Amino acid sequence: MTATLIQNARVLGGDPQDVLIDDGVIVALGTGAAREDADVIDATGLIALPGLVDLHTHLREPGREDAETVESGTRAAARGGFTAVHAMANTDPVADTAGVVEQVWRLGREAGHADVRPVGAVTIGLKGERLAELGAMAESAAGVRVFSDDGVCVHDAQLMRRALEYVKAFDGVIAQHAQEPRLTEGAQMNEGELSGRLGLRGWPSVAEEAIVARDVMLAAHVGSRVHICHLSTRGSVEIVRLAKERGLPVTAEVTPHHLLLTDELVAGYDPRYKVNPPLRSAADVAALREALADGTIDIVATDHAPHPVEAKDCEWDAAAFGMLGLETALSVVQHAMVDTGLLDWAGVADRMSYAPARIGRCDGGDQPHGRPIAVGEPANLTLVDPTTTTTVDPSASASLSRNTPYEGMKLPGTVVATFLRGRMTHQTGGIA
Amino acid sequence: MIRHLLSAGDLSLDDATLVLDTADEMARLTEGRAVKKLPTLRGRTVVNLFFEDSTRTRTSFELAAKRLSADVVNFSAKGSSLSKGESLKDTALTLEAMGADGVVVRHSASGAPYRLATSGWINACVVNAGDGTHEHPTQALLDAFTMRRHLGELAGKRIVIVGDVLHSRVARSNVLLLATLGADVTLVAPPTLLPNGVDAWPCATSYDLDGALAGADAVMMLRVQSERMNAAFFPSAREYSRRYGLDTRRQRLMPPEALVLHPGPMNRGMEITAEVADSARSVIVEQVTNGVYVRMAVLYLMLAGTNSEEAA
Amino acid sequence: MSRDLSGAREVLDGDDVARALTRIAHEVVERNRGAADLVLLGIPKRGVPLAHRLAERISAAEGIDVPVGALDVTMYRDDLRLRPARALEPTDIPPGGVDDRTVVLVDDVLFSGRTIRAALTALEDIGRPRAVRLVVLVDRGHRQLPIRADHVGKNIPTSLVESVKVRLAETDGHDGVLLDKPAHDTQAPDEQQEATP
Repeated sequence: MTATLIQNARVLGGDPQDVLIDDGVIVALGTGAAREDADVIDATGLIALPGLVDLHTHLREPGREDAETVESGTRAAARGGFTAVHAMANTDPVADTAGVVEQVWRLGREAGHADVRPVGAVTIGLKGERLAELGAMAESAAGVRVFSDDGVCVHDAQLMRRALEYVKAFDGVIAQHAQEPRLTEGAQMNEGELSGRLGLRGWPSVAEEAIVARDVMLAAHVGSRVHICHLSTRGSVEIVRLAKERGLPVTAEVTPHHLLLTDELVAGYDPRYKVNPPLRSAADVAALREALADGTIDIVATDHAPHPVEAKDCEWDAAAFGMLGLETALSVVQHAMVDTGLLDWAGVADRMSYAPARIGRCDGGDQPHGRPIAVGEPANLTLVDPTTTTTVDPSASASLSRNTPYEGMKLPGTVVATFLRGRMTHQTGGIA
Repeated sequence: MIRHLLSAGDLSLDDATLVLDTADEMARLTEGRAVKKLPTLRGRTVVNLFFEDSTRTRTSFELAAKRLSADVVNFSAKGSSLSKGESLKDTALTLEAMGADGVVVRHSASGAPYRLATSGWINACVVNAGDGTHEHPTQALLDAFTMRRHLGELAGKRIVIVGDVLHSRVARSNVLLLATLGADVTLVAPPTLLPNGVDAWPCATSYDLDGALAGADAVMMLRVQSERMNAAFFPSAREYSRRYGLDTRRQRLMPPEALVLHPGPMNRGMEITAEVADSARSVIVEQVTNGVYVRMAVLYLMLAGTNSEEAA
Repeated sequence: MSRDLSGAREVLDGDDVARALTRIAHEVVERNRGAADLVLLGIPKRGVPLAHRLAERISAAEGIDVPVGALDVTMYRDDLRLRPARALEPTDIPPGGVDDRTVVLVDDVLFSGRTIRAALTALEDIGRPRAVRLVVLVDRGHRQLPIRADHVGKNIPTSLVESVKVRLAETDGHDGVLLDKPAHDTQAPDEQQEATP
């Protein structure tokens, strides 16, 4: 592999530096790094971030290859600046055996756009009844460390307790989709004044908060770590904040859409805004941003959820939950967090690369992610131009699906190039 | 006039008054006449698109459209492709291809008429004939029309709406329309059947029916499905009836001239006793008659002229 | 001839209107050989007060009450699709109905004839008069249908770009007929009899 010299990149938003990459590894960093045979990239004005890591991606393969494949989803990931994604288990068949997770992992390697870290199901078939073979998945080639029934909640307290305990043996983590099922039967949108007015079944905040509260206490009781998926309410933030103050082993994620969009968007009944958990109030959005800034919420995770056109081109009740997220995540975070002064680029690197890699335990081993931009580290890099503004065009997406909630919105920042172990997995036309 | 009638809240005071005044004329033009038919909508096609059974609403719209000489096509879930899982979109495209000028839609999903009107699938005017637990604007218009005929202008009149507000599209549309018309509305229901956020609605709320009846000019009873008790909204039909049903004792708490309304179909013995439903102050049967006039007015105003976009 | 501020020319003043109505009242009675079985129906808006004034004059002359009402023809117009739907004016048929009576339709201006066509269709749905006659205050010509008035207050030759405005005390505060020639307005006569907004 030839060497690459990235010139004048602002590493984590700092002063311009040159980054020399050879054989997939950062070999020099500083000003005036040079090598005659290297491909030179002029990164003047661009921010260099460690390759982003998504802890929550739906790649839909196997089973719904009409919506997304591992190949298309990871291509979208590379375009969004990601070098690793955690593929959720709610495929068909469900990723509840070593066989399925290895298949997904292998498809990721073959595609080569980003490393795919499969998430294993907690229970067989996501049914919430019997534990899946968590150990077998952990020991498989996929090396699963994150387990989740995402899409449904592990609502049985006893089962959740056992799962939390069991994964301690291989340093796994349960990522909980916090949704009390009885409180959300038939629920369609955030419960509040608007749901009452629109006649859509309300999805109360307490349905999330009750599970978050229970699970941090269960995790404390059994001494396991628990990760809360897509935190969406101010109340959940308060619970997690309190738990962290007490030193409890809880981590939490927030999606880009919950950092930007509010339930007011539902007023036109456009199912592009239908998502689980639902878009919440402006007060919730403000609390989530603040929590991400102060570290109460550890990471941003996309919950990239592709759906075919017909799943959204219908009445609200009949529509599927979920939104695309990989390609717009960094722009939304820049808009909601960086441009508002809540987070600097080093903070973005932490919330979107270091911390998710740490939680997913993919920050070590042969091919680690979420490592600092430093000599000797793998060259997983994302170059961002923060000065651009782009109108989101769904048809330009690498995803097979088009269900972005940002269609027509102007968002800041462009991922100009993504490097996975020194190899360029994405570049815009503008750089050479 | 608005292009689609999706929510009672879309009607300004002028729009609402225009519809009610026009309905008055429709009544005068057809009541007691040998020939009830007017040629106004000749050559226009009105499609009744009913994804949910409602013989009375469909019949009312059908009669209204036919009295205006429109061609009426009934699409219902039974006996058409709707029951075979054809999507709302495909149905809409079919109607567009058939040249529907107006689509009257009833759907179990809240907001389905919005989707029809705003997704670009069809050009026809859309009239919401009841969507899920959202709205039923023509019901609110016929209720207001009925009350206005007896009480005069509704500004300042005290209207009490009782029952399952949470699941009632009739209540939502009535609150919005009556607020526009300047009436004082009080919703009365057990706390479980009032929606979260009802405090922000343009009305008062109460859990106490007896207390609300004293100054009422009209009392509207909502249908309560006994299935609700299985979902723990209330303990039993008997307890509901005792606390929130309108019986002769409670009717005596109302001023003697106060009206009793019900959108139908009634559960006699549940939310209203037979004596009250059939009493002299009950205008429940009249509501049905008035429904045709109000729907004629809506169809006339929406379909007879060119729509304002074309004219502009 | 006076001109009002907008430049419109007054072709009939209040006295002219009164004299025309008195004459028409007598013509109607003469033609009907008395006032028995007459029903006067004004076409809104300004035909209605005109019908009431005629009824008063006939009643005064003949000593019997002449039934008078209003016939809104909006629902029967053939030009509904050319503009946004308009509000309806009241229709008020006197209690005795129109069957076997002589209906006198009263309107302010006769122009294309389409309003009268609509009125004749509307009458069909109400009953079967023995005869229908037409009274207009002004006939401005430009007929598009084979319709003529039985009694005319004044024939006023006009060009299509001109508009005729009838003003009545009941609706406008004073009586008079104005002829206006707006430079911009070239509205075709297939709208309403009065080519003003």
